[in-house]
Amino acid sequence: MTATVGRQAQAAARASDVWKVYGSGEAQVTALRGVTCEFERGRFTAIMGPSGSGKSTLMHCLAGLDTVTRGTVMIGDTTVTGLGDAGLTRLRRDKVGFIFQQFNLLPTLTAQENILLPLSIAGRKPDPAWYDTVIDTVGLRDRLGHRPAQLSGGQQQRVACARALVARPEVIFADEPTGNLDSRAGAEVLNFLHNSVREHGQTIVMVTHDPTAAAYADRVVFLADGQIVSELIEPTADTVLDTMKKLDAPAEVGN
Amino acid sequence: MLRATLKSLLARKLRLLLSGLAVVLGVMFVSGAFVLTDTLGRSFDAVFADATSDLDVNVAAKPKVALSEAEGEQVAAPVPASVVERVRSVPGVAEVKGVVNADGARLIGSNGKVVTSFGPPQLGENWLGESDLLKLREGRGPQADDEIVVNAALAEAAKVKVGDRVGVLTLAPKKEFTLVGVFGYSGDRGSIGGVNEVAFTTPVAQQLMLGKPDVFSNVAVRAADGTTPEALRDQVARAVGADYEVKTGEQVAADASASLKEGLSFFNKILLGFAAVALLVGTFLILNTFSIIVAQRTRELALMRAIGASGRQIIGSVVLEAVAVGLIASVLGLAAGIGVGALLAYLFGKLAGGLALAGLGVPPAAVIGAFAVGLVITVVAALLPAIRAARIPPIAAMQDVATPDRPLTKVTVGGAVVTAIGAALLFLGLGGHAGDNTLATILGGVLFAFIGVALLTPLISRPVVALLGAIFAWSVPGKLGRLNSGRNPRRTAITAAALMVGIALVTGVTVILDSAKGSISALAEDTIKAELVISGASSGPRPASFDPAVLDKAAAIPGVQLVDGEYGDMAMVDGRRTWVAASSDVAALERIFGATATAGDISRLGPDQLLVSSDTAKSRKLSVGSTVRVQLSRGEARSYTVSGIYESSQLTNPMTLPPQAAADFAIPQPIQGFVQLSPGTRVADVQPQIERLLADSPEVSVADRAAFIKQQTSQLDTPLRMIQILLALAIVIAVLGIINTLALSVLERTRELGLLRAIGLRRAQTMRMITVEAVVISIFGALLGVVVGTGLGAAVVRALKDEGITDLVLPWGQMGTFLVLAAIVGVVAAVLPAIRAARINVLGAIAHD
Repeated sequence: MTATVGRQAQAAARASDVWKVYGSGEAQVTALRGVTCEFERGRFTAIMGPSGSGKSTLMHCLAGLDTVTRGTVMIGDTTVTGLGDAGLTRLRRDKVGFIFQQFNLLPTLTAQENILLPLSIAGRKPDPAWYDTVIDTVGLRDRLGHRPAQLSGGQQQRVACARALVARPEVIFADEPTGNLDSRAGAEVLNFLHNSVREHGQTIVMVTHDPTAAAYADRVVFLADGQIVSELIEPTADTVLDTMKKLDAPAEVGN
Repeated sequence: MLRATLKSLLARKLRLLLSGLAVVLGVMFVSGAFVLTDTLGRSFDAVFADATSDLDVNVAAKPKVALSEAEGEQVAAPVPASVVERVRSVPGVAEVKGVVNADGARLIGSNGKVVTSFGPPQLGENWLGESDLLKLREGRGPQADDEIVVNAALAEAAKVKVGDRVGVLTLAPKKEFTLVGVFGYSGDRGSIGGVNEVAFTTPVAQQLMLGKPDVFSNVAVRAADGTTPEALRDQVARAVGADYEVKTGEQVAADASASLKEGLSFFNKILLGFAAVALLVGTFLILNTFSIIVAQRTRELALMRAIGASGRQIIGSVVLEAVAVGLIASVLGLAAGIGVGALLAYLFGKLAGGLALAGLGVPPAAVIGAFAVGLVITVVAALLPAIRAARIPPIAAMQDVATPDRPLTKVTVGGAVVTAIGAALLFLGLGGHAGDNTLATILGGVLFAFIGVALLTPLISRPVVALLGAIFAWSVPGKLGRLNSGRNPRRTAITAAALMVGIALVTGVTVILDSAKGSISALAEDTIKAELVISGASSGPRPASFDPAVLDKAAAIPGVQLVDGEYGDMAMVDGRRTWVAASSDVAALERIFGATATAGDISRLGPDQLLVSSDTAKSRKLSVGSTVRVQLSRGEARSYTVSGIYESSQLTNPMTLPPQAAADFAIPQPIQGFVQLSPGTRVADVQPQIERLLADSPEVSVADRAAFIKQQTSQLDTPLRMIQILLALAIVIAVLGIINTLALSVLERTRELGLLRAIGLRRAQTMRMITVEAVVISIFGALLGVVVGTGLGAAVVRALKDEGITDLVLPWGQMGTFLVLAAIVGVVAAVLPAIRAARINVLGAIAHD
């Protein structure tokens, strides 16, 4: 089953009939089976699904971190499929931001240096007004000189969010951003992501298995066995949970 | 990006410095070599400028046989007294002195032994009175033929004082003189440049130092006011003709200094050679450290890639770290090198009898060399890890990408190819197919062989490490340690390879020298048919010699069957420099040295005949009846007819002249004597009698054959020991490498170690686990080193077969020592990382990310 959702002209990222096969012969695993999906600009989309459903693979393929076996992936007007290393580097530099489960800050750099790292790698100067806006939004102004080790988990993840935002990418991909945080810190980060979509029109694609986290999104796409099986617009934690239960049940019987 | 690189560098400064230490040492030797030669060179300049300060023009005859510094002291041809008179009549000349000044005046000290000198000559001169430079400190100048004066440093070394009767060895055997004065030099110096001087009256100096009356070594001229030395030189040159070399004082000083500096290049080569070894080992260490650091930073580097860094930027950041490490190492190495250069110059000055050192010099070459070597080595070594770092996929930032065990095929094939190239180069070089580039080819071959074997080690390490580890597998920590050492074959291999280089070089050199020793003793024992041998260690630049009268007296001792005194000289034979010998009794050739005739008669030799070895005959196309023209160190050139050819062996000389020719040798006295006893005569009966005969020849002693052979082969022990000490340093560097690798491994496995501790591994067991890992790695390295070194040594020994090294002697004891040493090294290297591992906080480690 293929869900075609929200056909708008302004897609920030798009997957068309994406297949991903790992290995060969008996060890062959098909992670994605013809996924077609669009992610509108200025919206917060969550990708959910049980373990092994292919949600992380889908995100990696969308972000150009992994190659697809078949089909095409586009970010904005760039076709990701088939890009070489230099093209992918440029894509990551200009169009894509990442937020990781493990924060992935450089321990030797201060919060400020971590936030500005993508720009300094690209050799660009930050836009001071936007930089100020980002810093104020994440509420880290008094922590800018601290090293990651001196920050709490929630603060570290907010630094990571600021790092993703500051370059104004086409899409931010967030991989279980609250996976390593307690519920309170997690809520802070999610609120912040939600706001950056509301207030600044940022596009965010988030992979999560937490229904509460998914509830912050504008839309949830559900994956099972490498296919899109369902979606929810304006989800709540309860509706997400219900959908998840329905997805899990047949799978468990099947096993 | 730059900031991120520098900050990550600072965070790991200690670790990087540890790996940079090898570069520091390498750079130290490079810059030390330059500093030493510069400082000594300028000191020599100063010494000679000083010694020639009251000389405007010098006249000397061209030497009959020109020798380089390395070939020995050149004998100046004598200048007849008539030339002195001719110079005196040249206009513009203010003062002319006929100077006698030749090496080989050996003073016998109050202890009955000859005063020794390490390098500077022992000059015998005619007394020319005091000058601005030279002043008597005590007594007066020599007036009678049995009077001498000496310089203050020599008087002090010999412990003699004015009024003493002292013996002096010259071209003639020992003669006794009365010491009537002691002189010194301006500035309260007892000697110039450590030179020992004995001054006689002019006729005595002429006879004893030049072997002829009325001749001089050179003529010293002072210009009258208003005549420049250059102008006077040209005038004098016209007056004396083309047979003489006329130079200004400045030229004399510059030439003398240049020839000594040439000798210094030997030190340079040793130091640079050692720098090469340190740097080679250092390359392995840096490669390893950077590889481990890159592996540990996988997630960080992947993150950089994920947020937009290009592969080139990643390479740049790793290389930048290498540049920083290289720079710091170069600075430290340069500083250490200046220190080492200064220390060596000081020691050299002391050893050379108080050479006044010019100020310490740091030539630009030292600085440029230091930075070039330090930077290039570090960056080259870090390049491979840098390229690997750039290949880390950005996705590694999100998941634990299990670094798959990369197959060893590529590196093994590469290693095999490089090893083959090394072997081919060695074959070419050792086989003598490389012509002028033999040394470079051999060194290149050794280098390629090392790198090739290092590339092959990951493959070899699997079975060997498993086998070695089996020894320790009886306990759980032992088993874990064994498994850990086999875990990353590349890392284990490179760490072991660093140790391999040092041990392989020591083993190789030992194999070669032991084989040489074994071959020489075997040959000497088999062929020399002399029960007693007269020989001695030299007391200065020239070999020890003794009174030829001893030979006749020894022959008269009852029970003595044959006595032979051996003379030697570097001569020009048909225009080519050749070592020639003379035997006091030519019969010794057959009867003592076991030579056999291949043509003609070698049992007798007329005054106009000579014998040649079969090799010489072949290379010079000589046969019985050929004539050759021989110019010895002294006298005129004369022709000899080849009357016999003997089979070449290790014990035969290229050419043997009749005993009469020895009078014109640079050293007209025998340098070795061989005594053959008649059957049934006891060595112990004859030896003391010969000892008594040698009372006036204190440079030599008489020993039985076994003692003589031991004495001869023990000459090889000194270079062996020097090389061993130097290469021990390479091993120390390798140990640093093991410590580094282990420390990094422990850090990498913090979580795992914590887990092991959490499930009940005791502290002591943890330490044992780390120690086993270290011991396995270091024994593996030593094993490789011994095998590779034996291979290299055996190859060289095989190649030297024609040079007389016929027996391959393997130093089993030493090889065993290396393995035991390696085990100890492993234990020592493990101490710090093991303590660190044992101290890991269990809870923290498990939570460690």
